Amino acid sequence: MTTVNLPVINSNLSARSSIGFDEKLAQNGFELKAAGVDTLQVNVGKLCNQACKHCHVDASPKRTEIMPREIVEDCLNVLRRYKITTLDITGGAPELNPNFRYFVREARNAGAKVIVRHNLTVMFEAEQEDLPEFFTENEAEVVSSLPYFLGAQTDAQRGAGVFDKSIEALKRLNAVGYGIDEKLILNLVYNPVGAFLPPAQKAIEKDFKRELKVRYDVVFNNLFTITNMPIARYLEWLRRSKNEHVYMQKLVNAFNPATVDGLMCRSLISVDWRGNLYDCDFNQMLDLTLESHLPQTIADFDFAKLANRRIVTDAHCFGCTAGAGSSCGGAVAD
Amino acid sequence: MHYYNEEDLNRFGDIAKYKPELFEKFMAWYQACQEEGALSRREKALIGLAVAVTVQCPYCIDAFTNSALENGSNMEQMTEAMHLASAIRGGASLIHGIQSHNAHDKVSMS
Repeated sequence: MTTVNLPVINSNLSARSSIGFDEKLAQNGFELKAAGVDTLQVNVGKLCNQACKHCHVDASPKRTEIMPREIVEDCLNVLRRYKITTLDITGGAPELNPNFRYFVREARNAGAKVIVRHNLTVMFEAEQEDLPEFFTENEAEVVSSLPYFLGAQTDAQRGAGVFDKSIEALKRLNAVGYGIDEKLILNLVYNPVGAFLPPAQKAIEKDFKRELKVRYDVVFNNLFTITNMPIARYLEWLRRSKNEHVYMQKLVNAFNPATVDGLMCRSLISVDWRGNLYDCDFNQMLDLTLESHLPQTIADFDFAKLANRRIVTDAHCFGCTAGAGSSCGGAVAD
Repeated sequence: MHYYNEEDLNRFGDIAKYKPELFEKFMAWYQACQEEGALSRREKALIGLAVAVTVQCPYCIDAFTNSALENGSNMEQMTEAMHLASAIRGGASLIHGIQSHNAHDKVSMS
């Protein structure tokens, strides 16, 4: 624990450390570049039925940004043309975009695997009750946040009553075969409910599986541990609770070189509701666009130019390299 | 001015200043004790928290509260661990009451 003193200063944009992320990478012999584009991660809008305290999108029922049909078509054209293997749909609550179901069906017709970042409670909104059946028909992989297996922690982060609704939604997904049938994958996401790092993924997954089965008779496939990124609504909370400095220092001190190869930005392109391209969903929220010489919109997508691009970074990237690392698929190192 | 400063937790390494080889040995031992073994990291973090509360070290309480959370424990579990350690501490006092009984018996007519 011979820690290096790394003072942290604030900026208007995001929490910053005195050592830059690229500098830290260079010290460890890395230059962060993409290694292909396996996944198109599309944020179809910021409208959500929830307003979680850790949300890096600042999504809520009040947001109006929604991806229009023509941008959905542009995304589908890219999937078809370049045979990109995975479409990862996120939001907001992506199901609230009126083009959502069309997008999923057409992506499946194009041969892509479809992942839906599904918040569980949206299933109880008007005209969304049949989501389990829709997911089943399209064999969509469902990834859902459940910060903890107890109600108090989950509701503290995601809002009062969210836990009970989430459990009910998980039961409905189980009832149609999710988490049971090998083609119907149900993965859960653990986010720390506060200013600390996630536990070891396999260890907490074991706890979740045991507790959810015993307490609620709910089953699922995998638990992904995701580190909270110091941006947007979560950063505001860090500042209000006077945890920003300590949290940033924790992320920097926990830098793990073994995470770099598996960082999600190396294999995906993020698309916003207007069709702009980014290295990841976090850069999207910070409006950190791709390097200026690269294609900037989904309409201009060019695989050859994007496949080995240099990744744009900032202080928040320390969130993905801390400890066992973090990605939309959970930890990236042991 | 406080005798205890939160920032000092991150200055623990400064203890190496005048005797680095001893601190190095201590850190190797300290860190090895927390590795996954016959006990899980989570169990070890709970033991660490319970001991930290018992020895009333504010730095250790801060560090092991975070460690317990980062190993997936919740406050109900952490509170049970703290109660157990405190109860043992209470029991350790109380068992010495037998010494009082013995002293009383020695000087008293039965």
